[in-house]
Amino acid sequence: MIKFDHASKRFPPGMDALVDVSFAVATGELVIIGGHSGAGKSTLLKLIAAIERPTGGAVLVNGQNIGSLKRSAVPYLRRNIGLVFQDQKLLFDRNAFDNVMLPLTISGFPSQEAKRRVQAALDKVGLLERQRAMPIMLSGGEQQRLAIARAVVSRPSLLLADEPTAHLDAETAADVARIFLEFHAVGVTTLIATYDNSLFPNARQLTLDHGRLR
Amino acid sequence: MSTWLAQHGAAFRAALRRLAASPVNTLLSLLAIGIALALPAGGQMLVANVLQLARDSAPTPQISLFLDLDASKADGQSLLNRLDNHSGIKTFKFIPREDTLARMKSREGFADVIEALPKNPFPDTIIALPANDRPEAMEKLAAEFRKWPKVAQVQLDSDWARRLAALIKIGRLTVALLALLLGIGLIAITFNTIRLQVTTRRAEIELSRLLGATNAFIRRPFHYFGILLGLLGGMVAWLAVAAATWWLREPVAELASLYNIDLILQPLALPDSALLLAAAAGLGWLGASLSLRQHLAGEGNKGTD
Repeated sequence: MIKFDHASKRFPPGMDALVDVSFAVATGELVIIGGHSGAGKSTLLKLIAAIERPTGGAVLVNGQNIGSLKRSAVPYLRRNIGLVFQDQKLLFDRNAFDNVMLPLTISGFPSQEAKRRVQAALDKVGLLERQRAMPIMLSGGEQQRLAIARAVVSRPSLLLADEPTAHLDAETAADVARIFLEFHAVGVTTLIATYDNSLFPNARQLTLDHGRLR
Repeated sequence: MSTWLAQHGAAFRAALRRLAASPVNTLLSLLAIGIALALPAGGQMLVANVLQLARDSAPTPQISLFLDLDASKADGQSLLNRLDNHSGIKTFKFIPREDTLARMKSREGFADVIEALPKNPFPDTIIALPANDRPEAMEKLAAEFRKWPKVAQVQLDSDWARRLAALIKIGRLTVALLALLLGIGLIAITFNTIRLQVTTRRAEIELSRLLGATNAFIRRPFHYFGILLGLLGGMVAWLAVAAATWWLREPVAELASLYNIDLILQPLALPDSALLLAAAAGLGWLGASLSLRQHLAGEGNKGTD
């Protein structure tokens, strides 16, 4: 499903974020990307979602080469990827329901079906009762679960999460990790960048060290 | 198709919500656009009214040929024959000098003066109605008639028509100039409003791109926003002109009646109103497009190139 072939990413002033990274992820796998802060975990996920493009080597996602992907094809690639951002990127001008609705609006989903899906996604992360709440009213853990609901509402085949348990207390972090494991259990290919690999003891582990795979 | 419609419907509703979300800003923008457009629209209303007045009250333009005082009846007859065969003349009328004398004598105050004259001072006169009453055509006919024998003087009474035509031309040019300037103003207003919208919605725009939104999806609500802003501003302008028409109607009719003119101000005609609204919506869209090109390009494509 995902293949990195000697992929590198160098940012303009000459800073190497990723150097000669090669690995493959099969459909349905759960992979934890570990490593110190600044090791390149976020950059690796961004390459998969075509938020950044590789400056060397190749990154293939679902057989599509990210390096040569046409700009107009990028939106359609992303619609098949669920993204959980480090900073969550919730919209604070609308309630939980509308936050989760956004990906379906973007892909032009019929509204009746979309409504059911949003509620299913909120139910899955345990936020159905809070669907009318504004994000500012939600606790840190609830906000994180809301971000996950938004990532999975369009039922992507690939789920990418960047430090989803950072800033959460141990109990809430375990709760969030359990949600990811549930999605993985139903066949979603899942990549999670985290420094805390104890939450996913049975997952395959990739470790980055200054942009290189160890 | 239904997805396409649904997306446009959603974008339209989003634009409406954004207009409603900041009512004070929206109201100020609409007033600015409305007042800007009311000037050329009001000018057009006045020009159209003057034009209508000119059409209604204009006497049929005619050419007067004054014959030499020594012209005989036979000379007059030969001129009449020539006019009869002239394709540029619709009808004509011969007024003998004796008739003119009698008519002038009957006028109060003139009788004594005319009695004192040794002989009839009035020439035979032919009044001709041209087939084509455009000022230039009449001028040409007059020039031709001046060369005919026994014709002492040719007088056009199209002077007033030419003055009016020149005035209306200036009026129209002024309206066009105002429309051009204030149209640019409207573009500037929408440009700036959309710029503010893009700035306040930057987070939503960036997130939408990350979630797989196309450029068209992101721009659509802003386009509708611009169109709605223009259209509603155009309606404000229309209402302002309608109110001004209604308000001015009585005083203008009163003034006109002092000059024995019937003038009842008419509001903007249907085609003019349609043009006003269409132009306003179009300019709103244009302002939005220019603004999006400026403010969504570059930064907005981060991650897509």
